[in-house]
Amino acid sequence: MFASSAGMLNRHQKQVHALDGIDLDIYEQETLGIVGESGCGKTTLGRTIIGLIAPTSGQILFDGQDLVNASKDAKKSFNREIQMVFQNPYTSFDPRFTIIKCVSEPLKIHTNLRGAALTKRARELLEQVGMPGEILHRYAHEFSGGQLQRIAIARALALNPKIIVLDEPTSALDVSVQAQIINLLQDLQRQFKLTYLFISHDLSVVQHISNRVTVMYLGKIVEQNTSEAIFEGQAHHPYTQALLSAMPSVVKELRRKQIILEGSVPDAANPPKGCNFHPRCPVAMPICSIAEPVLDNSGAGHPVACFVVNPIEKSTDEMIQ
Amino acid sequence: MNAPLLAIEDLHVHFNTYAGTVRAVNGVSFEIRSGEMFGLVGESGCGKTVTGLAIMRAIPSPGRIMKGRIFFQGEDLITKSESEMRDIRGGRIAMIFQDPTASLNPVFTAGYQISLQITQHRHVSKKEAKQLAFDMFSEVGLPHAKSIYNTYPHELSGGMQQRVMIAMALASGAELLIADEPTTALDVTIQAQILALLSQLRESEGLTILLITHDLGVVAETCDRVAVTYDGHIVESGTVDDVLYQTKHPYTQGLLAALPDTVRHKQSLEVIKGSVPDGLHSVSGCSFHPRCPKVMDICLDQPPSLIIVGEKEHSASCYLYMEETA
Amino acid sequence: MTTVAPDLEIPIEDIKAGKRVTEYHLMWWAFRRDPLAVLSLVILLGFILGAIFAPNLTPYPEQGRGDPNLLEKFSPPNQGHLLGTDYLGRDVLTRILYGGRSSLAIGFLVVIVAVLIGVPLGAISGYYGGWIDNLVMRITDIFLAFPPLLLAIALASALGASFTNTMIAISFTWWPWYTRLVRAQTLSLRERYFIEAARSIGVPSWKIITSHVLPNVMTPVMVQATMDLGGAILVGAAVSFIGLGVQPPLADWGQMVSIGRIYFIERPWYAGSAGLAIFLVTLAFNLLGDAVRDAADPHTRRVVDVGR
Repeated sequence: MFASSAGMLNRHQKQVHALDGIDLDIYEQETLGIVGESGCGKTTLGRTIIGLIAPTSGQILFDGQDLVNASKDAKKSFNREIQMVFQNPYTSFDPRFTIIKCVSEPLKIHTNLRGAALTKRARELLEQVGMPGEILHRYAHEFSGGQLQRIAIARALALNPKIIVLDEPTSALDVSVQAQIINLLQDLQRQFKLTYLFISHDLSVVQHISNRVTVMYLGKIVEQNTSEAIFEGQAHHPYTQALLSAMPSVVKELRRKQIILEGSVPDAANPPKGCNFHPRCPVAMPICSIAEPVLDNSGAGHPVACFVVNPIEKSTDEMIQ
Repeated sequence: MNAPLLAIEDLHVHFNTYAGTVRAVNGVSFEIRSGEMFGLVGESGCGKTVTGLAIMRAIPSPGRIMKGRIFFQGEDLITKSESEMRDIRGGRIAMIFQDPTASLNPVFTAGYQISLQITQHRHVSKKEAKQLAFDMFSEVGLPHAKSIYNTYPHELSGGMQQRVMIAMALASGAELLIADEPTTALDVTIQAQILALLSQLRESEGLTILLITHDLGVVAETCDRVAVTYDGHIVESGTVDDVLYQTKHPYTQGLLAALPDTVRHKQSLEVIKGSVPDGLHSVSGCSFHPRCPKVMDICLDQPPSLIIVGEKEHSASCYLYMEETA
Repeated sequence: MTTVAPDLEIPIEDIKAGKRVTEYHLMWWAFRRDPLAVLSLVILLGFILGAIFAPNLTPYPEQGRGDPNLLEKFSPPNQGHLLGTDYLGRDVLTRILYGGRSSLAIGFLVVIVAVLIGVPLGAISGYYGGWIDNLVMRITDIFLAFPPLLLAIALASALGASFTNTMIAISFTWWPWYTRLVRAQTLSLRERYFIEAARSIGVPSWKIITSHVLPNVMTPVMVQATMDLGGAILVGAAVSFIGLGVQPPLADWGQMVSIGRIYFIERPWYAGSAGLAIFLVTLAFNLLGDAVRDAADPHTRRVVDVGR
């Protein structure tokens, strides 16, 4: 959650719940996929984890330590452990920086490497992502999107992080290049025992790379399950089902009966009452516009936030309280 | 079989930049039949958008159509005067783009813009134009046509803006709709809505659609026939079933294998090595040969021509299939 | 809209071969192709070098510094005095060369002071946002509300009319434009991922501003500064014209127009040549600014990235 404000003279300050009560665990060396459409809060989630946005309330625990309320020094050490790769490789690099300056920027902040040792490390990092070390003195505009994304990954690896937040790392790339980057990410994960938080709108990419998948809608988690289960018919939330059916695929077996949702994602500043999804939900019930469903294992054996899936009695009890 | 509504023959479009001549479109030929949904698919920089713009004769400077003919209902568009083209552009042929916000004027209401479009291309009164606009809005699934008529583009969501663009194309009586990545900027569930709308309009209005996209999944689910472009020319074309499931050209095969949903979970994906050529440096022979896993000696000398390799005019430009026919 | 031909002869091999091609190289390539830009540059260099080397260029350096030569009062242009002489018999061409010193110096100093104050404030305001941004913006509003001429009159009456006071008065009202320009640029830079990337690895804010923000706002600042040089010279001339700038016997173009206008009907060469000098320099700076802007616009010099 965070507040949107418009400066000193603004008359009304409005709370926008970009993220609303998110509970999430990420385990070591796994890839957790976060899927959702624009406005679902997936990017805000990534930025909050990496510390670019301070949450209004809540905790982020890393190895049991709280990131949000940590001291300045502790925050600096967390900076080393969690890195991010951004969506658009073309704006991920300062156009006035050479590649070596870009890649070594984190090293200069966090390590004592200088001079030849710094160059050596930068070269090594580039080679790890399949870029020749000779490019060190060139500028970002001389490279293609796929090459830049490799360099961005090299920069993220510079401090030997534990977690890398990947925010739509392939959405600006062509299919053949996307495949190269996904393969690279998987190789690096094995090699360096990395943990990924993979944020994407593209279900086919997420199902391919993730161990577990979290589906988000308008700032909330609606369903969470292992990747295989979700993509092999164990999708229970009507939104997950609609997302899956809307995903175009060349694989005939993957083509499901299309569920075409009406309307579009509502404004997060003005969410609907009750379940956020009910105005678009094909199976909405009267209760959905009154009460908010919570994530619950009881109906499907994995967390789903839906009255249709979970037994209503329990949820209505909560509503009455 | 229907007569082709649009036939492109050996189209060349070059851009003279200070880095040299970029051959954006380098010998593209295909036919679109009346009433079909035709997919033009390829990666960025393969010339698919420029081909779409060439049909509209709207190539941005410094680009120029160097060679080729574009027949629309039997008339060669290349030889048309600019004033004749103005009637065709936005009239009989309409184009919608990836970013509808850039195509709609932010200072006029949606209704004003569609009415203007109608009165420009049809001889109707203002009142009739307004009625026609209402009809078109409900035709494309925009609820409350009256209130949409009076809204400004920024008040509409991306999906609704794209619907307005489609309504404008229909309102001016377009027979061919060129849809250039119409759903790329949209969310998956909205993409499904727009694609369903296009399919439905094809059925109900007999609209012919040229769908330009990078997404093979979209092609698989919506198109009848498809042409795959690479480096400014067509490497494979035919029915969607033939091209995607009886694939002949190594590039198409590579593209399909690179899709994450065709491979089992967590396994590594097939990769086409290298990257798309920039159109500046002509590659000798077949322009795909530096990346091709099945490259042969002959591929380095001469560019292959598009030849029939299967049923229903399934064709590919690859030497792998030359001997069989020769 | 743009005048630069798109088919510039940038050697693509250089780019491919990994020769360092920076933004500035590309700008220079594009700039060179614009004949008006080159002409402006030549005119300006002429005036600037003329002002610097005035004592060596003219046979009457003492007249340039103000010594009268009453024997040759109001002589029309002739071989000895290409632009004639003024009311004290001084060579007008010499006075123009010497007057260029104060006029050009006003232009450059005003812009330099404005850039030095305005650019850092703009970057800070745009980067931090919030109350800092509000404070800086309200201050710029206050400064923008001062009419530069009135301020110059006020300062001159309080501290005396002089070159320094003119410069201070003009700079005083000029820097807020740079703050606004740089703030707007910074706001859009902030959205770019490389700034976020730097923040996410813990680069301190001051370092982000100095190493990422400032270098990236320099191109629009350069364009603005080039255009403003002409504007500042014009305002400086206006201040001198009303008698509050550089005081006689020192030469200044605005002052020359002011004195010369009394004799303008019979001896147009005096005020006319000073006016022409102001006109040429201002026009040249504006054309140069336009050319720099066009050269900085990637659309006029697409490299490989043509929309296809």
